Amino acid sequence: MDITGLLGAMPGAVAQGMIWGIMAIGVYITFKILDLADLTVDGSMVTGMAVCAMLMAAGWNVWTAMLIATLAGMGAGLLTGIFHTVMGIPAILAGILTQLILWSVNLKIMGKANQALPARKFDVLLTQLRTNEALIVLVIFCVVIVAILYAFFGTKFGTAIRATGCNEKMARAQGINTNRNKVIGFIISNGIVALSGALLAQYSGKADINDGRGAIVIGLAAVIIGEAVFSRFSQSFILRLTGVIVGGIIYYIVYQTVIFLGLDTDLLKMLSAIVVAIFLAIPYMKKTYFSKPGKRNKEVQ
Amino acid sequence: MLEIKSISKIFNAGTVNEKVALNGLSLTLNTGDFVTVIGGNGAGKSTLLNSIAGTYPVDEGKIFIDNIDVTNLPEYKRAKYIGRVFQDPMVGTATDMWIEENMALAMRRGKSRGLSWAIKNSDRKYFKELLSQLDLGLENRLSTKVGLLSGGQRQAITLLMASMNSPKLLLLDEHTAALDPKTASKVLDITDKIVESNHLTTLMITHNMSDAIRLGNRLIMMNEGKIILDISGEEKKNLTVEHLLQMFEKVSGAKLENDRMLLNNE
Ligand SMILES: Nc1ncnc2c1ncn2[C@@H]1O[C@H](COP(=O)(O)OP(=O)(O)O)[C@@H](O)[C@H]1O
Ligand SMILES: [Mg+2]
Repeated sequence: MDITGLLGAMPGAVAQGMIWGIMAIGVYITFKILDLADLTVDGSMVTGMAVCAMLMAAGWNVWTAMLIATLAGMGAGLLTGIFHTVMGIPAILAGILTQLILWSVNLKIMGKANQALPARKFDVLLTQLRTNEALIVLVIFCVVIVAILYAFFGTKFGTAIRATGCNEKMARAQGINTNRNKVIGFIISNGIVALSGALLAQYSGKADINDGRGAIVIGLAAVIIGEAVFSRFSQSFILRLTGVIVGGIIYYIVYQTVIFLGLDTDLLKMLSAIVVAIFLAIPYMKKTYFSKPGKRNKEVQ
Repeated sequence: MLEIKSISKIFNAGTVNEKVALNGLSLTLNTGDFVTVIGGNGAGKSTLLNSIAGTYPVDEGKIFIDNIDVTNLPEYKRAKYIGRVFQDPMVGTATDMWIEENMALAMRRGKSRGLSWAIKNSDRKYFKELLSQLDLGLENRLSTKVGLLSGGQRQAITLLMASMNSPKLLLLDEHTAALDPKTASKVLDITDKIVESNHLTTLMITHNMSDAIRLGNRLIMMNEGKIILDISGEEKKNLTVEHLLQMFEKVSGAKLENDRMLLNNE
């Protein structure tokens, strides 16, 4: 085995990890802040890729293409939000419905199953052909996104959204329009996911209808890994968000290493799902099987 | 102040589980009234408070707060006029958020929530002042997660939050029932203090008859979705628990023997 081969693959793994880390921040907003599982992301990720690739292929400027890709993702979030709040469909099902709608929409956007976006022909912001440069671009994106979200969730509006996810009854008793806030959460989340899709399309030089399959699992994995690594040190919100991105990076480093060790790549999705299942089960198992009676309600009197 | 015009609430209408929780109930509160509400289990006390707060719509009747018809307003819009404390200490606060964040949320009740910082330094000073009145040592723990506090501490904070912005109406639903006796009596003292000093029009459900007699200027007793006793002024001051029990028997034709109320009139 050639260890230098593995090391050589690392910058690429980190770059991909950061792109998926941004995507995972979208997942964090619904899953952790709003306490809703949103499966829209498998579709809105590809919507972001498809819109960006098609617009750039049609000669649009990269920034405009990314902006419109983000807006398209926000539209997908709006749809899920309406399914859930106005029509009363459970969040998981609402997300699945939008995801299915997006499958068709994404095919229509591209007119086929995939669209190439070769870096030598188009003026992309980042490409896997120049990983060092891509890393710089991605670090800037990560810093800006984390900073904006940190600020946003510290505002009156942002804290009301957090309260909505934390305790809906309390939020309503404090005059907060919880349904509207959930819709806004879905919108922000899927906007970020689509933005990461737009970055991924540029980085990998293509958009493919299948690229979003299992995105939610990768996103959850990044959220969970980030939490496992960072919650030990600090509870601060900015570090948690950073932790999600680091979680994405760790995920892709492990992914590359596993491939390097010669694992059958067909099994990767299954392994990811099993790892996520185990981590999601840990809090429940701890509570159910391992807690000592006296410790169950740890309260500071 | 609060005007309730023959409201009815039927749960599971048209099924075998149909339950008339409120049966044409009318009630008018004057500004500054502190009304204690008693009645057996299932009498409709919580349903009354939830109907006023808009947790669910009523089937019949109208509700006015300060002459504003709120009957069709959603819960979050009515919150502008109403402060609430629930029986379960977990319900009134956001446990994953800090004390100061919870209080800041309450401070914006009924106001817009824009993109300015949730908490300013002047707010912190105000929160500290309020918290120090509780005498629970919480004034120096502004950035403690509420989830780490005891039930009594949480109810006290929820009370502070509910009384911010001088709500037109304070609704307390057995808010000391989940606490141990010592904490319960402390929270009740705080309640009395807050209601007094802010002149809040208050509806307080309690299962403790002597508390119901001791506190407030008016007492109502509910049974089967109706108000069966409404006592205020001098008459209320002279009430005794025995007297109340007798009146309940006379009006409702039933004994309260197996009821929780009897067990809790120590
Ligand atoms: N959400 C609900 N769904 C169905 N039945 C309910 C609901 N809430 C209350 N009830 C029923 O309505 C009646 C009145 O309940 P409630 O107002 O909670 O009584 P109280 O607070 O006086 O003990 C009870 O019989 C109760 O079972
Ligand atoms: Mg009740």
